[in-house]
Amino acid sequence: MAITARNVTKRFGDFVALEDVSVDVPSGSLTALLGPSGGGKSTLLRIIAGLEQPDSGMVEIAGSDATRLPPQRRNVGFVFQHYAAFKHMSVYGNVAFGLEIRKRPKEEIRRKVNELLELVHLEQFAHRRPSQLSGGQRQRMALARALAVEPQVLLLDEPFGALDAQVRKELRKWLRRLHDEVHVTTVFVTHDQEEAMEVADSIVVIAGGRIEQVGTPSELYERHANDFVMSFLGPVTKLGDQLVRPHDLHLRNAPDDSTLEGTVVRVLRLGFEVRVEVVIDGVDLWVQLTREQVDGLNLEPGSVVHVQPARRGREPSVEPACIVGP
Amino acid sequence: MAKWGLRLAALVYLLFLLVLPVSLVFWRTFEHGLGAVWKQLTEPNARHAFEVTLKVAVLAVVLNTVFGVLLAVLVVRHDFPGKRLLNAFIDLPLAVSPVVVGLALILVYGKFSTFGGWLADRGIQVIFSLPGMVMATIFVSLPLVVREVAPVLEEIGIEQEQAAWTLGAGPLQTFRRVTLPAIRWALAYGVVLTLARSLGEFGAIAVVSGRLVGKTQTLTLYVEQQFQNFNVAGAYAASFVLAFIAVVILVVMNVLRPKEGEA
Repeated sequence: MAITARNVTKRFGDFVALEDVSVDVPSGSLTALLGPSGGGKSTLLRIIAGLEQPDSGMVEIAGSDATRLPPQRRNVGFVFQHYAAFKHMSVYGNVAFGLEIRKRPKEEIRRKVNELLELVHLEQFAHRRPSQLSGGQRQRMALARALAVEPQVLLLDEPFGALDAQVRKELRKWLRRLHDEVHVTTVFVTHDQEEAMEVADSIVVIAGGRIEQVGTPSELYERHANDFVMSFLGPVTKLGDQLVRPHDLHLRNAPDDSTLEGTVVRVLRLGFEVRVEVVIDGVDLWVQLTREQVDGLNLEPGSVVHVQPARRGREPSVEPACIVGP
Repeated sequence: MAKWGLRLAALVYLLFLLVLPVSLVFWRTFEHGLGAVWKQLTEPNARHAFEVTLKVAVLAVVLNTVFGVLLAVLVVRHDFPGKRLLNAFIDLPLAVSPVVVGLALILVYGKFSTFGGWLADRGIQVIFSLPGMVMATIFVSLPLVVREVAPVLEEIGIEQEQAAWTLGAGPLQTFRRVTLPAIRWALAYGVVLTLARSLGEFGAIAVVSGRLVGKTQTLTLYVEQQFQNFNVAGAYAASFVLAFIAVVILVVMNVLRPKEGEA
């Protein structure tokens, strides 16, 4: 294991940020700590980095106890949400910082920094100040800075949280590719389930200071441990007293023994996706359909439809299960 | 109309309070030519007063710079019981009259107090000598560096420092390479303010120094003494120097000020 946290508890005053949390992060993996804000995921990351001290429990990095080590001696790379760029240094100076602290020869530093700037596509910005870079460029600089010291683990705290949606999506893909190239054990914190699913090999869902579930993205999506994980990992709606995915529901014009009758309240067209809001016995739910599916149904606010839950295990499928009855 | 009225009021206010008195000092100084001014300023007692003022000011500025930064870091970066009390203490010199500061120092360090007597037995004289004067000056100018640096420390936040830690930099390296460059303009501004305050201090110094001519007399004390002895020319010449230094300091501060935003 590259990182092991054992029975970690951390309180801030009366607030319990982490309660008896244990996690293993395998070497070379790309792991996401996913959860709502205030759930403890950033605290766990900061405890791994040594920026916070746990009240109890221990942290191992690369097999040795790091619980009492200061951040300087943990050999971790840390990337902050708001970049934490050294504003008075050039991009080159930022990336070179850790190597200069380690008193590496000048020539080695120059070679290594140029190599890293190339890796993060900032070679032509080496002499700029961080203030002259865009948010995405600054975060790539921060990544190069963290990687320069060849850390045993790379920790990223909401690395794309301060960027706009377009850049965020690009950087996600880029981080995934970078990890496939560099192979350093990476843990990143996010509250965005899509980000976690897209980038990570393994996801740790944390909420309320506890771990809710650990698994690969598809394990979590298919076999969620509880309603919280289910609702956090994707859209949900309520059918009766059961949580279901809106795309696991189908609408039919004619009833059969598996359908429930409802009334259409609203049809929301979001490009390819169409959301249909339906009331069954006074309770709202919504169904996610494609444009083609809706076109065949002739849905209007006020029209009567029959909602059919998909049988679990058969989904997700590409078969046209949404075919409308006669 | 109201706009012009306001401008006029401000101008007249400044004219009578500031421009007129200061320019009169300049004018009266050079009334009898440069030679006369030079003669007044090279008087042994005047030259000695310069020396004393410089010594006191430099020592006070150096000590207040070091401890000002330490206090600012302590107040902004650390949590500890009694922090609010410390914060209040830092502002105390702004509220207390310098004369009271001088008297308080005499109470503690004077020959007839327990601690002062103990020091005197060991040959250390604080009151009526340089150490006491430096202490008084430090006291009155204590908040200036702290109050310039602390808000900037607050603003830059701790993340750059934490990033430096994770990159292997120890506390001193982090301070020198990350924190200090970030606060440098605020620090420079605080140092300049401290210097100005130290050169111009009168009340606390007057009490603590004993006003020993040729020994513990600073420039401000010299001006007062010359004035009271009806050597108006000497008083004006020394005043001119104090005012001139103040103007230079003002210019320096204005050069530093716009750079605060960049840092």
